[in-house]
Amino acid sequence: MSGVAYLAARYLARHKLVSGVLVAALALVVFLPAGLRVLVRHSAEALRARAIATPLVVGAPGSPVDLVLASLYFESGAPQPVPFSEVQHIDETGLAEAVPLHVRFRTGGKAIVGTTLAYFRQRELRVASGRLPAVLGECVVGASAARDLGVRPGDTLVSSPETVFDLAGVYPLRMRVTGILAPAGGPDDAAVFVDVKTAWIIQGLVHGHSDLAGPGSDAGVLAREEGRITANASVVEYNEITPENLDSFHFHGDPGAYPLTAVLAFPPEARSRALLMGRYEGSEARQILRPGGVIDELLATVFAVEKSVVAAIGLVAVATLAVGALVFVLSARLRRREFATLVKIGAPRGTVAALLGAEIALVTGAALLVAGGLVFVAARFAPLLLRSALAS
Amino acid sequence: MADRAIHFDNVRFGYGDGDFMLRIAKLELGRGERAAVIGPSGSGKTTLLHLAAGIAVPEEGAVRTCGVEISGLDDAARRRFRIRRVGLVFQEFELLDHLSALDNVLLPYRLTRALRLDDAARARAESLLQRTGLGGKGSRRADRLSQGERQRVAVCRALVVEPEVLLADEPTGNLDTDNKGRILDLLLGCADEAGAALLVVTHDRDLLPRFERSFDVRELSG
Repeated sequence: MSGVAYLAARYLARHKLVSGVLVAALALVVFLPAGLRVLVRHSAEALRARAIATPLVVGAPGSPVDLVLASLYFESGAPQPVPFSEVQHIDETGLAEAVPLHVRFRTGGKAIVGTTLAYFRQRELRVASGRLPAVLGECVVGASAARDLGVRPGDTLVSSPETVFDLAGVYPLRMRVTGILAPAGGPDDAAVFVDVKTAWIIQGLVHGHSDLAGPGSDAGVLAREEGRITANASVVEYNEITPENLDSFHFHGDPGAYPLTAVLAFPPEARSRALLMGRYEGSEARQILRPGGVIDELLATVFAVEKSVVAAIGLVAVATLAVGALVFVLSARLRRREFATLVKIGAPRGTVAALLGAEIALVTGAALLVAGGLVFVAARFAPLLLRSALAS
Repeated sequence: MADRAIHFDNVRFGYGDGDFMLRIAKLELGRGERAAVIGPSGSGKTTLLHLAAGIAVPEEGAVRTCGVEISGLDDAARRRFRIRRVGLVFQEFELLDHLSALDNVLLPYRLTRALRLDDAARARAESLLQRTGLGGKGSRRADRLSQGERQRVAVCRALVVEPEVLLADEPTGNLDTDNKGRILDLLLGCADEAGAALLVVTHDRDLLPRFERSFDVRELSG
C-alpha cells in the first residue's frame, strides 16, 4: 500500500462511524438501481423460462395472473376451481396431454400439489431417492422442501388444517414420503406432490371410514334406507391411509365434478396448440392461457414501474452524492491544520489532493464492494423475491 | 559559504498587511553547530525557522541551507529539499491524531518516495521512541498521549530522516524539568551523532548554557 493510501486508510479507520455512514449511503445509491435492475431481469428470465415450459393453462374464468401464478408457482390466491372433467375433455380432443393440478393445501408451509405422473414427465422431474407416489396417501417431496422439512423417504408429513376451529372443514391427512426429487431449480423444488386423489382426500371429497354395512357395525348407524346409511359421530374416519384401510376409501358423487386449480395442457406441436386454443375461443365457462403471454404482460408493467423507480432513485442518488461531497469538503476544512503540517514537513505538491482522493477512492471502493455483494444476493434470490411480491 | 549549515544574507520578510517585518542582515550557523534563538513573542523567531526551512521565502536577500540557496528554489524543489534534509519540531507538535506514535514518527516516509520506508527506517523510528521513553507506546494513537509524550513524538519525527539541519520551535515548552533535560539531551545527542546543525527557538533562558551560542532575533537586523 502506498504511503498516502495508508494514511487515508488510517484516517477512515479512525472515523469509523462517519466512514461507515458514507459507505452505506453510497452502497445504497449504487445498489438500489443496479439491484433493482438485476432483480427484475433475473426474475423476468426465471418467470419467462417457467412460463415458456408450460404451453397452455386451462382454468375457470378470473384473473389470468392468479391462474398462471397458481399453476406455475403454487402461490397466489386460489383461483376459481375447474372440474376434473376438463382433463378428460382435453384428452379426448387428442390435441394435448392434459395434466390436472390441485393446489390448495399446505404442509409445513409447503404447497401440496395434487397431480398425476404425467406432471413429472412433462417437467422432467427426476427422483433422487425413493420413488414416485404409487397409491393414495403417498407423497414425493421437492429437494428444497425436503431439506426445509427435514424428511426422507419413509417419513411422514401431515397436511395443515385450513381452519383450526372449523369442525366440519378439512381434516389433516398423514402422508407417507416415498421419494425426494432431484433439484430442478424452480418452484417444484419447494413443493410436496401427491396424486390428485390424495388432494381430494385432504379436501374431504374422497374418504375412508369404518365399515357401516358389515356385521357388528350397528352401534354407529342411525338409519338404513334404500342403500343409504346414516351414521352418528362415533364412526371412525381415517386420517392416514394404510394397506388395511385403503379399500375403504371411496368417492362420493361424480369424480368428473371434483375441483382442480387448473389443467396444464402440453400439445405436441404449435398447430395442436393453436387448434386447442381455438376450441376455447369464446368460452365463458373456461379460459385458456399461454403463460408466456400472461407473464410478458405482467413484466411489461413491472418494467414500466422499474423505470419510474430508477428515475426516482437517480434523484436520491444525486442528493446523496451532493451530501457526500459536502462531508468531504467540510472534513477538508476541519483538517486544514493537518494539511498545513504536511506541507510544512515537505509533502510534495498534490499530496493533500491525493490523500483526499485516496479517502474518496477507499470509501467508493468499499461502497462498490458492499453494493456488489448486495447485488449478488439480490440476483441469487431474485426469482423468489419477485414471486413472493407478485403473489402478495 | 558552502560549509555553512544556515546562511542568511540581507534577508527581509514581511507579512502582507505590513504589520510585521523581519530583517536579518547576516546569520551564519556552521555545520554541526548548536545555537539558540531567543526573543519576545512576535519578534519573528518562528518566521526565522520557516525561512531557514524554506517554508517561507524572503522578499529580499538570500537564504542558504546546507549550501543550497533555497530562497531561489521553486515551491516543489523546496519541499523536496525540506523533507529530506531538514528536521522540524513545531511549536504545537502538529501530530496527526488519527495515527499512532510510530506512524507519526514515520510520517515523512509516507509522504514522499524520495525517502524509502525500509526496515532500517522502522528500526530508527522505534529506537528514537525507545530513547525518548516511548518504547512501549509506539502503537498508541497520538490523541491518547500526554502533552509531554506528544512533544517527544514530534522530536522523534524531526530526527527520523537523519537531517543535516534540525530546527526546533520551543521543543521543551510544555515539559517538566526532567523531560526538558531528556529532550534537549536527545536533540543535542542526535545532532552530534549526525553532525547536524541545531537551531532551537526557546523562551527558556536556563537552557542557553547548553548551546554553543545564542542570539536575540532583534539583534540580527544589523
